[in-house]
Amino acid sequence: MISYFFYSIYIFASGTDSLPGMIAHSDESRHGQELFQEYHCIACHQFYGLGGHMGPELTNAMSYRGGNVGEIIARQFLANGGNGMPNLNLTETEISALIAYLKFVDKTGTYPPKNYKVKWGMIYQEDDPEWASGEKL
Amino acid sequence: MIGLRFMRLGVITLAIGLFFGVIGGFQFLFPDFLRELLFTKTRAIHVSMVVSWIFLIAIGGIYYYLPSQLDKKLYSNKLADWHYWLFLITGILVLVSYLSGKFGGREYFAFPPILSIPIFLSWIFFGYNFFRTMSQETESWPVYYWQWATGIIFFFLTYTEAHLYLIPYFRENMVREIIVQWKSYGALTGSWNMLVYGTGLFIATRISGNDNVAKTKMAFALYFLGLFNLIFGWAHHTYLVPSETWIRTFAYFVSMTELYIFGKIIWDWRGSLQQWQINKHDTAYRFLFAADIWVFLNLGLALIISVPYFNLYTHGTHTIVAHAMGSTIGINTMILLSSLFYLINEAKVSQLDITETKKVINGFWITNISLAVFLIALICAGLGKGIFYTDMPFQAMMFNIRPFLVTFTLAGVALMLGLWVVLWQAFNKLGILNGSIDVSKQDEMRVNKQPT
Repeated sequence: MISYFFYSIYIFASGTDSLPGMIAHSDESRHGQELFQEYHCIACHQFYGLGGHMGPELTNAMSYRGGNVGEIIARQFLANGGNGMPNLNLTETEISALIAYLKFVDKTGTYPPKNYKVKWGMIYQEDDPEWASGEKL
Repeated sequence: MIGLRFMRLGVITLAIGLFFGVIGGFQFLFPDFLRELLFTKTRAIHVSMVVSWIFLIAIGGIYYYLPSQLDKKLYSNKLADWHYWLFLITGILVLVSYLSGKFGGREYFAFPPILSIPIFLSWIFFGYNFFRTMSQETESWPVYYWQWATGIIFFFLTYTEAHLYLIPYFRENMVREIIVQWKSYGALTGSWNMLVYGTGLFIATRISGNDNVAKTKMAFALYFLGLFNLIFGWAHHTYLVPSETWIRTFAYFVSMTELYIFGKIIWDWRGSLQQWQINKHDTAYRFLFAADIWVFLNLGLALIISVPYFNLYTHGTHTIVAHAMGSTIGINTMILLSSLFYLINEAKVSQLDITETKKVINGFWITNISLAVFLIALICAGLGKGIFYTDMPFQAMMFNIRPFLVTFTLAGVALMLGLWVVLWQAFNKLGILNGSIDVSKQDEMRVNKQPT
């Protein structure tokens, strides 16, 4: 039990603080995170491939098309639903909060990884702490 | 007996969970199907109900077997009673929260976190009762006692860990938040596997009449590997989340070995059985043997998806769902059904007659064949998603894999019907068994009340 406790602390604390490009939560993105949980969006969507399979993966939904195309598409779906997405009757404030949350998530990393190396059967991604710290891979 | 009540409730939760799983399957194909009941609700109900099934049957088995088969007087029947009612009332509140659209937004336990308080409390009741009951034991424990004890302790630890997201330090960092969720859930799955595998080994010893099966070096090797798996084996969930690489490498190595050894134990045990023993516990044996087959098939799938390069294409796809379903239905549910039919056939009053046995066997085959189709369809859909989703919009990808999703849903219907046939027999027999025990208790009380 003691070893489990220390191991968990190590896992949670190491390599999760210094990832490049991460931005801090704002009040708006924090509100968006709460809404994402209240509406149980993870039942259909995924972050980093984790979650439901009914809707698209959202980790880089804001950036992968370039410019603000992702935001325009997301606003449309959030406001009206469509293609299986229900209309949740969200207010403008709620929609903006969810967009802010998706932008916050977008900056945490890339999924699926675009730049990676395979070494001894393991995948090293550009978002891994080892990669970011410039260790020899 | 309280254990039987837990198990009857467990049978009901699986029957309901399967029903909502089928509704979810149709919503997957036709998003407007039962629009009032959003997929977010049906999925949450389905997941919570089937997870409850696993816990209720495993817990019920422990409450039942300790006094009836292992000569351990339960420390407190009243505490077990409170445990039951707390579980039931919390379960109803969870359902109400889902149906009214109140979510906590997490996987597995999607209900508002306030409802975790009675779950913690009920687990304290269970743990205290178990360890006080086990304090009567003076001899060295067979491995299933260790597995049950570990499952109880680590559920408490990992369930606590799963709630760390409520603390801003974890919630404010997205990567940390994801790792908290999926590390704790991976380990939590390991804790319920401990309860289920312990039950499986217990049944194996009872059917063979040889308790040494649970005292061998191999059995303890399984236990320690299971423990390592519980602590380190969660990392396949976060394989592609930015994190330290060595953790996930080590995790896969551990989880692979555990499944192999578990299968080997049951396989060896099967070979040592006498024909009359197989006949006496024919139904229980079937389910345990099916679990053994699914262990090996699931191991094969786990080995493939554990290769990092393949994991790139399978992570986040239906192939991972196949792995999860193979574990919960193929392995856990088969072991738990084996436990149910062992105790049903053990008591004369509830033994299955020939017609009932035939129905269970039919249900057994429908379940296992449809499960095989179900899993193959999921794997194909997952491969399709892995291949098409890289350069195709989501809707186009879903259109391409639709034939597999149709097959998966239809197989899900057959799976539900097959399991319903089995569960109906189990539910009735548990009721008869429970009634007979109540009557004998009343007789006992009458005898005690007679004037001397």
